[in-house]
Amino acid sequence: MGSKPRVGVFVCHCGENIAGSVDVAKLAEEAVGLEDVVFATDYEYMCSDPGQNKIVEAVDEEGLNGVVVAACSPSMHEETFRNVVEDSGLNRYRCEIANIREQCSWVHRNGGTSPTSKALKIIKGAVQKVKRNIPLEPVEMDHSDKCLVIGGGVSGIQAALDVAEAGNEVILVEKEPTIGGHMAQLSETFPTLDCSQCILTPKMVQVSRHPDIELMTYSEVREVSGFVGNYRVTIEKKPTYVDPDACNLCGDCEDVCPVEVSDEFDEGLSTRKAIHIPFSQAVPSSYTLDEDACLGLNPLCCTECSDACDADAVNYDESSQFVEEEVGAIVVATGYDLYPKEEMGEYGAGSYQDVVDGLEFERMLSATGPTGGEVRRPSDGEVPNNVVFIQCSGSRDPENHNPYCSKICCMYTAKHAKLYKESVPDGNAYVFYIDIRAGGKEYEEFIQEVQEEERVLYLKGKVSKLEEVDGSLRVTGVDQTIGEKVEIDADLVVLAQSIIPSDRAEEVSKQLNLNLGPNGFYKEAHPKLRPVESIGGGVFFAGAGQAPKDIPDSVSQGSGAAAKAMDLLAKPTLSQDPQVVEIDEERCSGCGLCLGQCPYGALELNSRGIAEVNEILCEGCGTCVSGCPSNSLSLKNQTDEQVNEVIKAYVGD
Amino acid sequence: MTENKKKVAAYWASSCGGCDVALLGLHEKIVDLLENAEIVFWPAATDFKYDDLKGYPDDEIDITFFNGGIRTDENEEIANLLRKKSKTLVAYGSCAAQGGIPGLANMSSREELLETVYTKTPTTHNPEGLIPSEVSTRDGVELRLPGLQERVRSLEQAVDVDFFIPGCPPPPNLTQKFLGALLEGELPEKGSVFAGERTVCDECDREWKGKSISEVRRPHEVEIDPDVCLLDQGIICMGPATRSGCGAGCPEVNVPCKGCFGPPAKVDDQGTEMLNSLASILQVGEEGKGLEEERNILSGLRDPIGSFYTYSLPSSIFGGRVDDGGKDE
Repeated sequence: MGSKPRVGVFVCHCGENIAGSVDVAKLAEEAVGLEDVVFATDYEYMCSDPGQNKIVEAVDEEGLNGVVVAACSPSMHEETFRNVVEDSGLNRYRCEIANIREQCSWVHRNGGTSPTSKALKIIKGAVQKVKRNIPLEPVEMDHSDKCLVIGGGVSGIQAALDVAEAGNEVILVEKEPTIGGHMAQLSETFPTLDCSQCILTPKMVQVSRHPDIELMTYSEVREVSGFVGNYRVTIEKKPTYVDPDACNLCGDCEDVCPVEVSDEFDEGLSTRKAIHIPFSQAVPSSYTLDEDACLGLNPLCCTECSDACDADAVNYDESSQFVEEEVGAIVVATGYDLYPKEEMGEYGAGSYQDVVDGLEFERMLSATGPTGGEVRRPSDGEVPNNVVFIQCSGSRDPENHNPYCSKICCMYTAKHAKLYKESVPDGNAYVFYIDIRAGGKEYEEFIQEVQEEERVLYLKGKVSKLEEVDGSLRVTGVDQTIGEKVEIDADLVVLAQSIIPSDRAEEVSKQLNLNLGPNGFYKEAHPKLRPVESIGGGVFFAGAGQAPKDIPDSVSQGSGAAAKAMDLLAKPTLSQDPQVVEIDEERCSGCGLCLGQCPYGALELNSRGIAEVNEILCEGCGTCVSGCPSNSLSLKNQTDEQVNEVIKAYVGD
Repeated sequence: MTENKKKVAAYWASSCGGCDVALLGLHEKIVDLLENAEIVFWPAATDFKYDDLKGYPDDEIDITFFNGGIRTDENEEIANLLRKKSKTLVAYGSCAAQGGIPGLANMSSREELLETVYTKTPTTHNPEGLIPSEVSTRDGVELRLPGLQERVRSLEQAVDVDFFIPGCPPPPNLTQKFLGALLEGELPEKGSVFAGERTVCDECDREWKGKSISEVRRPHEVEIDPDVCLLDQGIICMGPATRSGCGAGCPEVNVPCKGCFGPPAKVDDQGTEMLNSLASILQVGEEGKGLEEERNILSGLRDPIGSFYTYSLPSSIFGGRVDDGGKDE
């Protein structure tokens, strides 16, 4: 500490939380007797304004150069008290917290160990530590101003637009030939029944026209290195074999293309050509030649599209381009897929043509869909008169499928029933459900409205069997309300398939060092208080990749992630907690053992063959410190000496 | 001239004797040394008796090179005597400095050792099961042997030591450098270890790779790549946890470092330090399977104490087998 240590101890009552079992007055009295402690006091709530003022006053009047606050866990108020100490003119690391609540008063309420004498030992340890703390200043560093958004669904679009509107450059990467995501496939949206494409496409156009958004469709992130503020990203831009600037969307190529394959945008309910545009308002508005479907990108095999193209836009010689970019923040919006209906053995495992999933039904309802918006079943194109909707298909079923609720299915099934009734007014809709979860603005009202429709029957119960009998689908289930078995011969069955993370989530999580939760969704830094942030910082989540969510939630989270990214990018420099690892250059031999141990990639060997720490990347976890076989690494303000002295204070010399 | 000569002594306690040979390994430099120094006690090389030593005034000897650890009462007695008679006492070699290989005996009790050595080894023929005792009588004459102590200790654990020159044995250039410093009157601070300040890796030219171990292998099980770090090849090399100064001669010839130079400057316990590091670089894959995979990898580690504490067991934190009240398997 340079000058002689003068430590002040501030004992908090925390109401009865601490004072209930610890004799706080006696504790303050005895604390003054500890070596190097020149002042001690107690107060009801140290974290209150008057409590904080006591610290500021004592630092001034008693000439303190170290502060120990004996209170709750440092995870609660360490920040508060370090700010107070900083306000009082000391370096913020001159403050240590002695946790006498979680680690003492709460666990010794019922006697046994004397809480007061244990609290004194905890204080003694904190005094030993604080007087050896060195003053530290935050680590500062420059960062890139660009933001990468991975995924061009509605939440990625929203995040990209928000960040770009704030004046930062955005790179929006989308793996498909167009942005829009699943929302572009939907017919109408609940509960307002807006046309999905009508409300989405203006945003898509905005993206394409925004001067600060670089749109990279048909592209995937291949490699990410670096750290918060300074990521280096390699993006593969796959060849579309069509120059988007030259393509005038005449469609001549499509007309002559001899290859027809299943159309993924229509969920396989229609076909497309090898050269195609996903839908007419696709952004960018250009054709893409699907190289897997094409006869061979070889003039010897087929040159129909190239020959037909008056604009000379088709170029078979294109190849993947790898673009390197430096970005400061990353928004991950990789979205969702539907749990494959092939997994649903109880519902025919995808073998019945007229058992469709939610997205397929969306396409059947959509005016731009394969049937032009008329509901016609896939097998024979007939209009189905009896449609059974099965909710929670693959959800809320921990034994066989996914344990979680997919959140949006209750609402979209109601919408499906309603839209079906609009299309087939005489038809019968049966909805099997476990519960109706309609928590959302005007959601419950919408459900009620649908339930009141004529010939829409909500049946509380699960479907136990689905089989093909005499050309129709026999659905056997139970109506729990009347406690009876129900049998319905359906013309079409719609499964509200569970929402699962997109197949890109796992790869992206590896590239960016993100955690995935038990069901494969991205794990946020805190489920309540930091829902859009990743633990490592610099990467933010938007949309259904983090958890199943509907459009308004996805858009909100897109904006939330954008705000977090903007917050980071707006800072002139990034600063980091300076309690990081320090390397003893006289001792380190560059054996390299620490490099692989660091979970943050913060260590590397420098040109002299000695370990060097990147202070921005280092999170101060200490893994390398204990792993270094020559003890050449130490954690600032958490040195071996400090740890030893704290232990001695706890157990006695 | 004789008056200005430094008085030098050397002694061999519980060790193999290699350190005395290492002193002789100075070859013609010994002659240079003798121009400026005089040997006053060196049982292995010259004919001095304990009585000669006892006869010297205190602090008569300028410097004593003491090799070997403290295993017997005799070792301890002479250590004390040499301490008294010497201005400077050097723990010379791994055994004196850390306890050395004989220190591995600390994994057994004194009784277990005697029993094993005198009755159990395949080459022992001792039908009466005789075990030597400190005092015995033959033909009316009382015979005495120095007592075997319970544990091996390093020299420092018995008497105050001024300097340490580690190595099994110390390489000649280190000894020579030390003698140079001695004659120039430029010895370092008391308590110094006369070796490097970093670790063996600093002097090893092998190329470092991922330092991630998926399999522990013994040298004879591997066709060793002469250019790649031995740890990278799954061979337990103590280099990272061993003080530099030896020139990394062992790894240079495909032999893993066994740690004879003892722990680096800031390390108290060489073996735990290496174990700790090793635990951090085991290549375990999927979360949740860690423990099982770790066990698999470590099953290749046949002799943990012998691998990590080859030279330093007596001076480690626990010093040897800790009495477990007979529960040890």
